[in-house]
Amino acid sequence: MAELKLMKGNEAFGEALIREGVDGYFGYPITPQSEVIEYLMTELTHERTGMVTLQAESEIAAINMVYGAAASGKKSATSSSSPGISLKQEGISYLAGAELPCLMLNVVRGGPGLGTIQPSQADYFQATKGGGHGDYHMYVLAPASVQEMADFVEDGFDIAYKYKTPVMLLSDGVIGQMMEKVMIKEQKPRLTDQEIHEKHGDWATIGRIGGRERNIITSLYLKSDQMEEHNQKLQAKYKKMEEDDCRWEEIQTEDADYIIVAYGSSARISQKTIQLAREKGIKLGVLRPITLFPFPKKPISELANRVKGFLAVEMSAGQLVEDVRLTVNGKVKVEHFGRNGGIIPSPVEVLEAIEKLIKE
Amino acid sequence: MTEELIIAGFGGQGVLSMGKILAYSGIMQDQEVSWMPSYGPEMRGGTANVTVIISDDRISSPVLTEFDTAIILNQQSMDKFEESVKPGGVLLYDPNGISKHPTRKDITIHSIEGASLAAEMGNTKIFNMIILGAYLEVKPLVKLENVILGLKKSLPERYHKLIPLNEEAIHKGMDNVKNL
Repeated sequence: MAELKLMKGNEAFGEALIREGVDGYFGYPITPQSEVIEYLMTELTHERTGMVTLQAESEIAAINMVYGAAASGKKSATSSSSPGISLKQEGISYLAGAELPCLMLNVVRGGPGLGTIQPSQADYFQATKGGGHGDYHMYVLAPASVQEMADFVEDGFDIAYKYKTPVMLLSDGVIGQMMEKVMIKEQKPRLTDQEIHEKHGDWATIGRIGGRERNIITSLYLKSDQMEEHNQKLQAKYKKMEEDDCRWEEIQTEDADYIIVAYGSSARISQKTIQLAREKGIKLGVLRPITLFPFPKKPISELANRVKGFLAVEMSAGQLVEDVRLTVNGKVKVEHFGRNGGIIPSPVEVLEAIEKLIKE
Repeated sequence: MTEELIIAGFGGQGVLSMGKILAYSGIMQDQEVSWMPSYGPEMRGGTANVTVIISDDRISSPVLTEFDTAIILNQQSMDKFEESVKPGGVLLYDPNGISKHPTRKDITIHSIEGASLAAEMGNTKIFNMIILGAYLEVKPLVKLENVILGLKKSLPERYHKLIPLNEEAIHKGMDNVKNL
């Protein structure tokens, strides 16, 4: 039964994993997302649905457990925060190369290095442009509420299986740590071995049932022509994602002269700025990318034809702003406002940045 | 209606759980709520604060720098948050341990002797419920019955026997808050 609860973003993600019928979660604790594994352990997932929750010896072990489970057709997930996600990069590149579906959550903290445990959005480049080696992308969803921390579990797995690709939820300490009310969906049953065979038997390594040809999961193609062909297949997939599964939200953009582009908690803060700006007679709107890859180029380039300027607001020194600039392509000015190191920008600061953009 | 509130004090005073009970109370009356803690390297005896928003509408930023109400429970928090109350807003504080009392003239200031009342009642753990009661008296935005429902939701079942004591503490706070 669906239930209304008051939960932290991290807990809502954990509960949503259980309800999604996930087979295995493999993780290693790190602030600010340790509540995910703590919640799953407290909920005794194995007793509830048969889902395995395992604290690995390291992040590297955890991501490779995800690889193994996903390869056998099991629905698998992991989560971590920035330094831990860096450790997982080799595994993520292999998952993308081997076309394995899985879900990962990064509750971003300030960096670089060990950084701080406070919220940040400085892993945008890492999430959207690679991070690991090779020409690959993950499908990246950016939740902006506790509700989306739960809902994007289902949406993320749908995409992961549709494209056979790793999917990342790029969140941050604000969304992970805050509590909001959240409607948790009904429990989905975990797939039986028979159902996995029927659904994923054409690629998953689940034994040669009926003496069929063996399935091989690999990212190794020593012959260059095969490797190129494989790369082209991956690129075609990313193009299709862009055409069919790009998501965004427009907030008061209809009559706007200026647009803030912001995702996750920055988008929430910027919505407060809309209210403050409109009280001063500034027609401000927010375009919130829901998917960071694929990036919502279409609505941004359309807006660029009729607005006077864009401001990218992010908790980083300027990462998202590069994609906005590429998309706007010089039509109007694009500026950046960011705080870093774990400082959360205030709605008033963002308003000041908008006023500066208007004056210039 | 939108209430933007900060509760700030020492870790261990029950600041976060008081915020959680308020958030639950908001849900009980079908409102939107957010609860955003300071989750830094906090510890018992260190400072802790939580921003709670209760609103009839969708909540935009869960992180704020100005508040309708500030509940202040130690000097460090007074130094930090007195200035962040919006003009016309409310500051509620426990004078216990406060050396520099609030001086602003453009806000309403209330005090509640939470620490000494809790000591009188023989249970320092209900301190936060006394403060909550004082807040409900000053700003009756959530109904007491919904607060009790919120308490039931946020307390594990094994502690439900303590609900009458908590209710008593809430009334204590309601009866003893002073408008300065």
